[in-house]
Amino acid sequence: MIPALGVKGLKVSIRTDDGVARVLDDVGLTLERGRILGVVGESGCGKSTLIRAIMGILPKGASVEGGEIWFEGENLLAFSEKELNTSVRSSRIGFIPQDPLLSLNPVFKVGAQLLEVMRWHAAGTRRDHIARLVMLLKRLQVPDPENALERYLHQFSGGQRQRLLIAAALSCAPGLVIADEPTTALDVTTQHQILGLLRELVGEFGLSLMFVTHDFGVVAELCDDLCVIYAGQTVEQGTVESVLQAPSHPYTRALLACHPDRATSFVGIPGMVPSPLARPAGCLFAARCADVQVGCLAARPPQGIAPSGAEVRCVQFA
Amino acid sequence: MARFVLRRCGLVLPSLLGLLIITFLLIHAVPSDPAAAMAGDAATPEQIARIRAQYGLDQPMWRQFLVYIAKVVQLDFGESAFSHRPVALDIFQRLPATLELTFCSLVLSIGLGVPLGVVSALKHNAWPDYLLRIFSVMGIAVAAFWFAIMLQLLFAMNLAWLPLRGDLSSTMTRPPAITHFLVLDAVLAGRWDVFGDALRHLVLPSITLGLGGLATIVRFTRAGVLDTLQQDFVFYERAMGYRRMRLIWVFILRNSVTATVTQIGLLFGGLIAGAVVVESIFDWPGIGSYTVNAILTGDKQVMLAVTLLVGAIYAGVNILVDVVHGMLDPRLMDRA
Ligand SMILES: Nc1ncnc2c1ncn2[C@@H]1O[C@H](COP(=O)(O)OP(=O)(O)O)[C@@H](O)[C@H]1O
Ligand SMILES: [Mg+2]
Repeated sequence: MIPALGVKGLKVSIRTDDGVARVLDDVGLTLERGRILGVVGESGCGKSTLIRAIMGILPKGASVEGGEIWFEGENLLAFSEKELNTSVRSSRIGFIPQDPLLSLNPVFKVGAQLLEVMRWHAAGTRRDHIARLVMLLKRLQVPDPENALERYLHQFSGGQRQRLLIAAALSCAPGLVIADEPTTALDVTTQHQILGLLRELVGEFGLSLMFVTHDFGVVAELCDDLCVIYAGQTVEQGTVESVLQAPSHPYTRALLACHPDRATSFVGIPGMVPSPLARPAGCLFAARCADVQVGCLAARPPQGIAPSGAEVRCVQFA
Repeated sequence: MARFVLRRCGLVLPSLLGLLIITFLLIHAVPSDPAAAMAGDAATPEQIARIRAQYGLDQPMWRQFLVYIAKVVQLDFGESAFSHRPVALDIFQRLPATLELTFCSLVLSIGLGVPLGVVSALKHNAWPDYLLRIFSVMGIAVAAFWFAIMLQLLFAMNLAWLPLRGDLSSTMTRPPAITHFLVLDAVLAGRWDVFGDALRHLVLPSITLGLGGLATIVRFTRAGVLDTLQQDFVFYERAMGYRRMRLIWVFILRNSVTATVTQIGLLFGGLIAGAVVVESIFDWPGIGSYTVNAILTGDKQVMLAVTLLVGAIYAGVNILVDVVHGMLDPRLMDRA
């Protein structure tokens, strides 16, 4: 079967005043249809840039230097800005952002904003659109859905706002949904409820979901597959079950050790993500790796298959 | 909304009173004898004393002030020592000319400034942006009187496209003064010749008066749009597939316009101050030239009344700015 989303060897760099930042440097992932893929990595690893590259909305000075992005069998990098805007965004790929307050516009009624998107990207009449929004809001357990459309963003609580944005992402019935840390700002109970709803909606609407987070707890709760990104590179990819049971890459192991549910002592990974302006030769994680060997510093390690079945970028499995 | 406006008005009254006290003190600190000035050169000391008593000028200052306030409350601003007409009547007849002029300048600065600012921001660091930035620095730095004279030399004297001064050609008969707004009166009287002539007279003074504001609005709109474009919600809106023009003109502008509206409120003070210069150069029969005359002839009643008027207009415009802000951004109203 053709995957919902396939990224291969993606390279993105951004020209800045301080030089060229190689923000993405060989990112690869596969999201099979109907599944939930968690994309994990520390802050600054390039997760948001990956999403921007998929949506075709890179920041100023950024360009795709190599690689491929396949969406339902079509090469997304060959789409023009106009084609993306008229026939991909919202209608085929829905997006759930991290911060609702920075997303929907505070000066317009929520309903007016969602309906405008649907006018361009959803089939049917305005009446159908309102009905679909009300249905989605009801499904997402937003109280008083009809009235919610007439209100402004600041009149909702944090959890309600996130539900509105999920409804917005699903409003035009896309097949793929991409979420950028949508539950990071929420308290644990609300986060738990929203993850539960997302899981149900993926099944109900036959969605494929790419869920970006830096929280392994969320991955374990929600996702089927897992892709670990470090400093703009995919370092480990496999099913959640196999990776969590037997993490292969030293970075994955270090991240898991940091997670409060698992950690014996609450310590972060020592050191920092290397700056995209000056990436070292050799393995990008070598400077922070507990198992570093001499060979790690010479050249970038190739992808290999670990005993767990995961694809891993480490000399141990080359 | 009504409560919000009322409370703002309540806050304005004490400021206006303070303004009046300070002006009153300043004007009375200048050593001059208004009674002697009013009586004229040939007056006897008895005549002067009589006038002094008649106008209450022999009373202590605080008493004079109270009497003045009591009259102001009834909209009686006294009589001009120069024209011997009630100041309120003079202002009533001259204010429309100034309002016409400031309105045209404001329309010019906003109508041109906001789109140019948007272009400047969207062409960020390309030649249109550089050109507009040079222009806006010049527009703020250039002195109004110099610019006015250059315009007069070029468009009135050399090319003879536009009239040099005044609000109406001397060959025209004025339409009956119904609103005292010349352009409106011309329309009401169906005098299209007067209407066209009055508009032609408005062009050069409006450009002169509007230049500073235009430059400021270009700069602020540019900064506002650039700031907004950087924000994450623009990424979100693009990711949602909004139409590009819609994105630029409505979403971005509506968020940047808050800054521009504030700026317009501040500009208004500058416009009224600028009107003093512009009206003098273009011989415009408004409040600005009236004020210059009053200062030159030491006409105290007029100075006091004009100060109060300008203060009240300024305060009124700022209340209006707050109301517009509230309509643009409902969060502010909730807070108020
Ligand atoms: N517009 C930009 N200009 C320069 N550097 C950027 C820009 N956007 C992101 N970066 C850099 O790219 C790296 C990855 O950023 P991002 O994709 O936001 O990471 P994440 O979402 O994983 O936290 C960071 O080092 C960041 O500093
Ligand atoms: Mg991010």
